[in-house]
Parts: sequence; C-alpha cells; structure tokens
Amino acid sequence: MGPVLADNSIYRDVYSFFVGFMPHQLWWLAYLIAGLTIMVLLANAVLLNTAVFQWMERRLLGRFQVRFGPNRVGPFGLLQPFADLLKLLLKEDIVPEAADRFLFTLAPAVMAAPVFLVLAVVPFGKNSYLLDLNIGLLYIIAVGTLSTMVLFLAGWGSGNRYALFGATRAVAQLISYEVPMVLSLVGVLLLAGSLSLVQIVEAQRLPFLLLQPLGFFIFAVASIAEMNRGPFDLVEAESEIVAGYHTEYSGIRFGLLQLGEYAAASVPAAVIATVFLRGWANPFVPLGWPDVLPSHLWFFLKVFLVLFLFIWVRATVPRLRIDQVMGFAWKFLLPLALVNIFVTAIEVQLWRQPTTAQLWAMVLVNWVVAAVAVGGLSRAMERHRRRPTASVAPVPISVEVR
Amino acid sequence: MEDYLRQYGLLFLFTGVAIGIPASMLLVSRMAQLARMRPHKPSPVKAQLYECGMETIGGRWNQFNIRYYFYALLFLVFDVEAVFLYPWAVHFKKLGLFALVEMFVFLAILVIGFVYAWRKRALEWR
Amino acid sequence: METARRLEPVEINVNMGPQHPSTHGVFRMVLWVDGERIVQVEPYIGYLHRGTEKLCEGELYPQIITLFDRLDYLANFNNELCFCMAAEKLMGLEVPERAQYVRVVLCELNRVASHLMFYGALGLDAGAMTPVMYAFREREHIQRAFEAVSGARMMHNYFRIGGLKEDVPAGFKEMVRDLLPGLEQGISECDRLLSLNEAFLARTRGVGAISAQEAVEYALSGPMLRAAGVPYDLRAVEPYSLYDRFDFDIPVGTQGDCWDRYMVRVEEMRQSLRIVRQALEQMPDEGPVMAAGVRRMPRPPKGESYMRTENPRGEFGVYLVSDGSERPYRVKIRAPSFASVQALPRLLRDCYVADCVVVLGSLDIVLGDVDR
Repeated sequence: MGPVLADNSIYRDVYSFFVGFMPHQLWWLAYLIAGLTIMVLLANAVLLNTAVFQWMERRLLGRFQVRFGPNRVGPFGLLQPFADLLKLLLKEDIVPEAADRFLFTLAPAVMAAPVFLVLAVVPFGKNSYLLDLNIGLLYIIAVGTLSTMVLFLAGWGSGNRYALFGATRAVAQLISYEVPMVLSLVGVLLLAGSLSLVQIVEAQRLPFLLLQPLGFFIFAVASIAEMNRGPFDLVEAESEIVAGYHTEYSGIRFGLLQLGEYAAASVPAAVIATVFLRGWANPFVPLGWPDVLPSHLWFFLKVFLVLFLFIWVRATVPRLRIDQVMGFAWKFLLPLALVNIFVTAIEVQLWRQPTTAQLWAMVLVNWVVAAVAVGGLSRAMERHRRRPTASVAPVPISVEVR
Repeated sequence: MEDYLRQYGLLFLFTGVAIGIPASMLLVSRMAQLARMRPHKPSPVKAQLYECGMETIGGRWNQFNIRYYFYALLFLVFDVEAVFLYPWAVHFKKLGLFALVEMFVFLAILVIGFVYAWRKRALEWR
Repeated sequence: METARRLEPVEINVNMGPQHPSTHGVFRMVLWVDGERIVQVEPYIGYLHRGTEKLCEGELYPQIITLFDRLDYLANFNNELCFCMAAEKLMGLEVPERAQYVRVVLCELNRVASHLMFYGALGLDAGAMTPVMYAFREREHIQRAFEAVSGARMMHNYFRIGGLKEDVPAGFKEMVRDLLPGLEQGISECDRLLSLNEAFLARTRGVGAISAQEAVEYALSGPMLRAAGVPYDLRAVEPYSLYDRFDFDIPVGTQGDCWDRYMVRVEEMRQSLRIVRQALEQMPDEGPVMAAGVRRMPRPPKGESYMRTENPRGEFGVYLVSDGSERPYRVKIRAPSFASVQALPRLLRDCYVADCVVVLGSLDIVLGDVDR
C-alpha cells in the first residue's frame, strides 16, 4: 500500500477488507475495487448533487421572485428533477438535417465528463478523495476548461445561427475569464505552497477567504462567467439568441447538456469551498481541533452555501453585454488579480513562517487592499466606460410641472 | 513513481466512468425508442433548423467574424505567464528574495505590455 | 486577390422573430451582423394584421368597441376611450360626469398596468428575470379590479358611446382606493429593484439614444418622445375628457436612451396613481353613467371627427367618417407603436446584437397596435 492510500480512509478500509481474503498477488484487484468504490460514490454524489442543486435553484428562484417554484412532484417538489429526467428520456430525439451529426451527438455525451473528472481531486471529507494529485489546482483548471470546448462543439455542430452566436460567445468568455481565474489562485499557492487540494486544506490555518478576499472575489466572479451563469449567461441568453448553443437540442440530448451545466456549477462551488473556506474542516476553530460535525457534512454545507450565492446573484443581476463582459474581465478582474499577486508575494516574503498574530495582520492588510483596489478601480472604470459614449451622462429624469 | 502511476490509472478509469454515465443515458433513451416508449416520427419540417420560424437566409455554414482576436492573443500571453507563475508560487517559500524580485521584474514587463495594449484600445470590443 | 476578398469581414444575417422569445409578439427583424455588431436592421411587420380598420366598416358601432379592445391589448380601456370619444365628438354628446371619472380612473389604472408590463418585459430583455414577477404581482391587483368592474381581465368592452355599459359595482371607490397604497409601494419596490442596478444601467444607459429633434421627425410620441426631452403629453397640452381637472407632472428625460425611456415610464406610473387618487376624490357618488337619449345602435350624423388620446404607448388617434348609417364609413387608426417601430433601424445604429432586444423592449411596442 502506497503512501497515498495510507491517509485516505475510504481506500484503506475497502482495500484492507478485500485484501484480507484475497491471494497476495491480487492486491491490485483490491486496489481497483477500492478505487471503483469511491468512483461510484463520487459519480452518485455528483448526479444527486446536480439534482438537488437544480431543485434548489428552482425553489429559491421561486422564493426570490415571489412565486412557489416546483412543489408538486414529491414532498416540496423534491422529485421534480427525476420527473424531468424521465420525461426527457422519453422525448423524441430530433437531429436537424443541417447539423453535423457526429458533433451534435458527441457534445451531450461528453458535456458532463469534465465535471466528474474535476471533482476526482477534491477532498470531500477528512481523508476522503479519489485522487490526491500533486498538481491538483492546475488539473482542475485544465480539465474544467473542457466544458467550454463542449459548448463550442454543440453550438458549432448544430449549424444554427443562434447556436453559432452562443458558441463564439462561450469561447470569448472562456479566454477572458480563464486569465483572472488562473491568476487569482496564485495568492493561494503562495500561502499554501502546494497545488494539491488536500494539502491546501491542511495549510489553511485561517480560511483563505480571510487571507485572500481579492482572490476569492475574482475566482467567484470568473467561475460564474466560466460556467455561464448569472449575469454572464450570454451563451444561452434567451432574450437575445433564443437558447444559444442548445437551441437545436431536444429530448435526452438537451437533458444531458442541462445536466452538464448544472453539474458544472458544483465544480467552482467545491473548489471555492476547498480552497477558500477550508474544505472539509470546521472553518471557525483552529485546524486539528475535535469537530462536532462530520467532515463530509461541513464540506457539503459549504458547497451549498456557495451554490446559494450563485443562485442569489443570478436572481438579482441583469445580463451584461458581450463587450462589457470582456471588458470586465480584462480591465477590472485582471488588474485586481495582479495586485493580489504583488501584495501576497510581498507578505509571504516578509513573514515566511507567520505566527497567528502575523496572519491576522495579513488579513487586515489584504482586506484593506481589496477594498481600496476594488473601490478605486471601479471608479476609474466608471470614467473610462463613459468616455466613448460622451454624449450621454446619467442625468436623472427631471419632472416638469405643468 | 508507482504511486503516481496508480493514481493516473484510476483517473483513466474514472474518465471511462465519466463518459460512460451520459453515454448510458443516451443508450437508455435509444432503448426506449426501440421499446416504443419513445416516439420517433421524423418529418422534414421537424428536421429544419430553428430560426424563429423562418428559413435561414444564406448558407448554413457561414464564415463568422470573430471579433475577439486581440483578446485571444492576450489570453495566450497571460496563460503562458501562468505556467511560469504556478511553479514559482508553489516553491516561493523556499526560493527567497531573489525569486520575488525576479518574478516582479517579469510581471512588470507583462504589465507594461498589458498597459500598452490597453492604451492602444486592444481591450475594446469593436 | 481571390483570397483577399474571401478574408474580408463577412456579414451574416440573422432572423429575430417572428417566433422569438423577446420580440414582444410576432415581430420580425432581420439583422445583418458583423460578429456581434449590427450593421443593418430591417423590421418586418404585419404578422398580426387583422384588418381592423376595414373590419370596422362592416360592424355596428357598439361592435367596433370590441375590435378596439384587441388593438393595443395591454391598454384596452384607453383604446375604447379614444374610439368612444371620437364618436361622441361626432354626435356632440355630453357624457355624464360620473362616467367620465370612471373612465379616467380605469384608463390611468390601465396605464399603470401597461407600464408594469413594460417594466417586467424590459427587465427580461436585459436578462433580469426577477423584476417581471414583481411587476406582475402588482399588475394582478389591477387586473382583479378590472375584472370586478367589467367582468373581463383583458377584453373589457366596457365603455360605450355616451358613457359606460353599466354602473361600476358598489364599493368601486373603496376598492380602488384600497388598491393604491399597495400599488405605490409595489412600484417603489420595482423601482428599487431594477432602476439603479449597475448592470441594468450598463445595459440601458446610452443605448439606443435619440435626440429630441429626431424623435419629433420620426413622429414618436408618448414616453418615447418625452424621454428625448420633449414635454409633450396630450393629457396636458390638449386636455380631453376631464384631464384639465387634475394636477399631475410630466416626467421628461434628457438623453432619449433606453434608461430614460424606462425611467419616464416608471415615473409616469406614479403620476397616474396621483391622477387616480384625485379622480376618486372628485368623483360623484351617484348619477347616471350614460348620456341621455343615446340609442342602443347609435347613428352618428354624417360627418367626420378626429380624436386623439394619450395611450400608454403614445398618441393614439381615431379618425372616424360617418355616412349617417349605423356603420362607420371609414375608421383610420393612428397607432403609436407603429411610429415607434419606424425608428428602430435608427435607434439600433452601431449597436450590439444584445442591444437590439433591449432597444426593442424600450420601445414598448404591442404588435396588435403596430399591425392593427
């Protein structure tokens, strides 16, 4: 048994159970079974989580919008996602004759795959994960990007104008938000000194949300943009380009695209929970203290907290325009990410092995820097944005008395 | 090393699972069609593209003017930068002051380029 | 040379409508786009053409009111009012005060309902899905009041030439009065929800702007014109019915962009409620609601009349020619949305694809009104 297995409780249990009555030469079979056990756990967790998230979003949007949301199928409408899945499974499968049949089928089949793959490296409880890659974060970013490629496949393969718009917008958003997203994590790396998510959790003497407010903000916004939700859902802007990349999809293919999209929301949620909110550990007490709640519960609590945040943003903010979306990434988030790197690097250089007091000092400095940077840059942006449309300044409506 | 390979072996397996689940759903749906639980009544009208109820004007596959060419170039630059930044950040605590200065010089050059691009209005969508 | 030509920027064209989620009905635009930029726009109308003007010539006068209900289906009372007043003008009828007040109250409430619909739709066009629900919650209260009065939620057929179909139900005044505080609060809530939202501002401010001069040249009217800075409101400049008895303000914009058009309407809702409040106070409790001596099938004398009223969408005009029979000889309808659509290619100059739905939303067209 290698060192990786040694500190993974699920592996250890399953492995030792099977290896007990197997011939010694078949140890790899036990290893495989242990791995498959976690895979099954993980895959089911992703699917169930997607269903719950979808239900949660519809219910919460209902609450935000003074209506009920689905409440007929099962208690509180909890079975609605399953009813939807069943319905979609039994819907006619229509492929437009103008579509590229291969791409059209490929896209839904691989849409959800990156989500599963990314979550493989996220520790979803104390000593519970499928893999502990030493390049964890890099892997997440690399694989997470794939879903945008799938969007492009779907949009391009449909041969539809709106889908084409959606597809090109997806790529535009990807190349813009990838940069701040990648750079926002550099601060975390500086503090944690590792790319492995398991070790990042253990390195959080204080949750990195406190130490990296800017990083958190940039990462959260960029990931909303990357998964095409909330104010950045240009890819499927229903008021502009009908349904964007999935305009031509119906039946189970559409269902799979939706599944991929909703599942994709749990990726940034899980990453934020792990990287910024101390993952499976209780965020309120110092690391290593005995915990009242099981670590898995902590993890899922945090994931759903972040998901709630996403839903809230979506319910509140109107959709931005493509040039504004791109400008926001390059002119706002990117400079902020650079500021964050500079400041964090200097701090880490000053305090190599920080004491708790020094950590709190860091928290203070970083929050001040974040406030100043965000505030200052938004003011600068404001001026900059108005310049090209100089003819129009925001003037309140004057009410003329007859 | 062995450990490393084992992990990626599992990852490989998991890729199969990740593609297998959606693919199996497609398959189930297909089976439903064979079992006549899912309708299948193709017609030429149904197979048409949706464009608000009108015929698509012009060809179906069009040259499309992608306007974010500059962004794409900048994206390349900054993504390559990230490749340098990540290892630096991970090992920063062991590298010391020299690495800090070195990386700041590197970043400064990039920032100058970025500011130049900004001033040249490469960051405007046109 | 061949390659060079092939690499030139290509414009592709995209159909927006008639079957599109945000063209507010069966309206079709063909966009020529270069990437995400709009190069040219061509609006196509007529998908909802029912030939109302010609139909009117074959119908009896009371029947025509039902046709007018179906023109601008978000402002039914206002349409009915205009037609009835055109006929009354021709016949020289004096409508009883109580009926006039009821008409004003219903028309102003209808204006609020229509603007609430606009508010929600513009929010949806801009990609905010929450406001429409709040708007519809408020609109629902108004619709209930309408139902109590006329028995229908949309196609009321309640005004008559010379007055009203019947008197309002008992407790009408109290019902509307109880409605007002809730509505005012609801409108403020809607206002706070969307008006100063940073993303909404970014989407609407400076988008689709038009100058006062051009707005006049395009024959825009109503909120479209006022947003461009022209304080022109028929209720004030040419008071019809009882509008000279009320004290209200005309909200005027300065930039003529989408945000101004939006804000003008939000402010107008408040002003309408002000009018309703005053009308309820002044309204006599008793009295006839039908002018004396009007026949069941009115026959206006030979002649012609033109009546124009301020509809939620702008200036609504009816030109009525009578040959003395029980059917009009000719009815011409001046539809405010129709003029607004004309300005669309101008407003969409140098816009993005995403802007076109916001600009279209800010025009607040109703296809029943455009196509007639």
